[in-house]
Amino acid sequence: MLGLIPALMVAGLRNSAATFLALSSPSLAHLSPLDIAVIAIYFVMVIWIGFYLKGQANTSEEFFMAGREMTAWIAGLSFVSANLGSLELMGWAGSAYQYGILAAHWYWIGAIPAMLFLGMVMMPFYYVCKTHSVPGYLKLRYGQGASVVAAFSFAFMTVLMSGVNMFAMAEVMKVVLGWDLNFSIIVSSLAVAAYVALGGLRSAIFNEVLQFVLIWGGALLVPILGLIEAGGWTGLKAKIAHNIANGAIPAGDYTHMWRSMGHFSDNPMGIHWTGIVFGLGFAISFGYWTTDFLVVQRVLAANSLRSARMAPVIGSFFKMAVPFIVILPGLLGLVVLQNADGSLMKLVGENVVAAHPGAGLHSYNEVQPLMLVRYCSPGLLGLGITALIAGFMSGMAGNVSAFSAVWTYDIYQPLIVKKARDEHYVAVGRWATILGVVISIGAAYLVMNAKGIMDYVQALFSFFISPLLGAVLMGMFWKRATKAGGFWGLLMGTLTSIGLWAWVKIDPSALRYVAISPDAKDMAENMYRALWSVSVSVIVVFVVSMFGKARPIEELDGLVYGATKIPVEEPVPLYKNEYFWLVIAIIGFLGLNIMFW
Amino acid sequence: MHSSSISIWFFIGVLLTIYGAMIFGYGLFELITGHTANVILANLHAPVWWGAIMLALGLFYGLRFRPGRND
Repeated sequence: MLGLIPALMVAGLRNSAATFLALSSPSLAHLSPLDIAVIAIYFVMVIWIGFYLKGQANTSEEFFMAGREMTAWIAGLSFVSANLGSLELMGWAGSAYQYGILAAHWYWIGAIPAMLFLGMVMMPFYYVCKTHSVPGYLKLRYGQGASVVAAFSFAFMTVLMSGVNMFAMAEVMKVVLGWDLNFSIIVSSLAVAAYVALGGLRSAIFNEVLQFVLIWGGALLVPILGLIEAGGWTGLKAKIAHNIANGAIPAGDYTHMWRSMGHFSDNPMGIHWTGIVFGLGFAISFGYWTTDFLVVQRVLAANSLRSARMAPVIGSFFKMAVPFIVILPGLLGLVVLQNADGSLMKLVGENVVAAHPGAGLHSYNEVQPLMLVRYCSPGLLGLGITALIAGFMSGMAGNVSAFSAVWTYDIYQPLIVKKARDEHYVAVGRWATILGVVISIGAAYLVMNAKGIMDYVQALFSFFISPLLGAVLMGMFWKRATKAGGFWGLLMGTLTSIGLWAWVKIDPSALRYVAISPDAKDMAENMYRALWSVSVSVIVVFVVSMFGKARPIEELDGLVYGATKIPVEEPVPLYKNEYFWLVIAIIGFLGLNIMFW
Repeated sequence: MHSSSISIWFFIGVLLTIYGAMIFGYGLFELITGHTANVILANLHAPVWWGAIMLALGLFYGLRFRPGRND
């Protein structure tokens, strides 16, 4: 879930929370009994779903793949929900306050093309070969070596990320509500462990759909009321211009996405359009949305190939709409948030908050809860807080259910107990779920005691995703790719990513080489590093494969483009056809970018 | 997922119905007593219409996907 959140932002949330804790500031919101009832009912509901679905998770196919019975809508909503976490809701709102609508790039070009590519081009291969996981696909295509490397790195990173997410969320709850860190960590992780261990992937998916509805129900009211207060989109733009003219907010283009992308120094993010298009739009987003098993697992649970193709297309529409509840509140915060004396509230960076203790300053990342408190009366505030908790739990459930499947299918079964009864693997999956939660809790407390780790975890995650994209794409679309090519491509791509990261860490001025400009800033680094990494991965797969012997084409059936007969689906009415909705999604994507050009 | 088991949409319907009833009820209480919460745009009575929307959606999904309904 954190895969697309820049390290700086997560560190910012953590610093922000830590600063507040150090200052012992009062919490931002005070819950009424009605709010507490709303939150409590949510927990009762998710546990009820877990117990209800326990009876439908008896075989490994049911437990790990939800019986492959999910409709396109359920798989699609779950696909998006597993990615829509609380840190994302709060972090990107803070970025929108700071950088304007540029932050929406992570939702549109940084997601939509990759989601559509997954659905229409890659999904047939994942689905037809009946793999249980992305490392499972690598095993079929490249053999055990590449699969084990990918499985271990994924399993390790998944539980670590889950722990980081858990800790960061607990700190946010401490800041916003004054809740005890241990209380937040234990209660939420117990709930997730219960419903995933009981009902498996089906339970995780059901809860993700429920959480998706709650996130919208709880967060949608803020931009609606905010727009009413600001006088609509036109009023918002006029007020931002007025505040810039007064010097109340820094000068910049807050409402256009591409106009300031001509040069690194023209925009506050320090990014060039090539970094956005090729780095974010290809290397990072394709890596995340098409090879991260956390999200791909949801689509693999679809009940037919057509549903599996439709799910990411359906998800893309909701992904396009997410900026309305994430980016817009950040922009509205620029003009509507006020101090107690009626003056415009200026949110600042965490370092400024830390440098002025007792001044009552708020950081960028608090814009979302500040907006919630501004508009939401009892009941609605509880709903908004429940949306944040639901976002956190859906992300964590996604992590542990994916960990459970990869551990059981790609590590335990091939390396530890190769032949056992199906019930045995289901039991291992249930225990792996609980183990995943326990390790996550351990990681959360590890981060609590050594907070610098959090930044490194973010970087670690990025090391594996882009090279994996290179290896998977070459394996899926080039029949000549060999076992050795896949293994070395994955390894060299990962080493490239680690090497570039270490180079900039040791010598920050190296950023000018990694991101191709002395004016590049930290955010540009991730994009160009991902681009270098996937490029090296592809080149190494190509070169090594050219020196090896390709597998016979009959062994590649179901795995590679050109060697696979894609099943022909039954004709359906236009409104159920995936290509029709693909065209609508592309038009919507282009329209949004043109509208906010 | 359909006739033999409870649909996820039913669970969503139940939750929206409960939340909608609670928030709508509170909104009516505010409207009748005039004791509005100290929030911006309280005059718009968001709990009334937002709660009503949630309640209506919840009832629709709860009834449309109730267990035992064959479709």
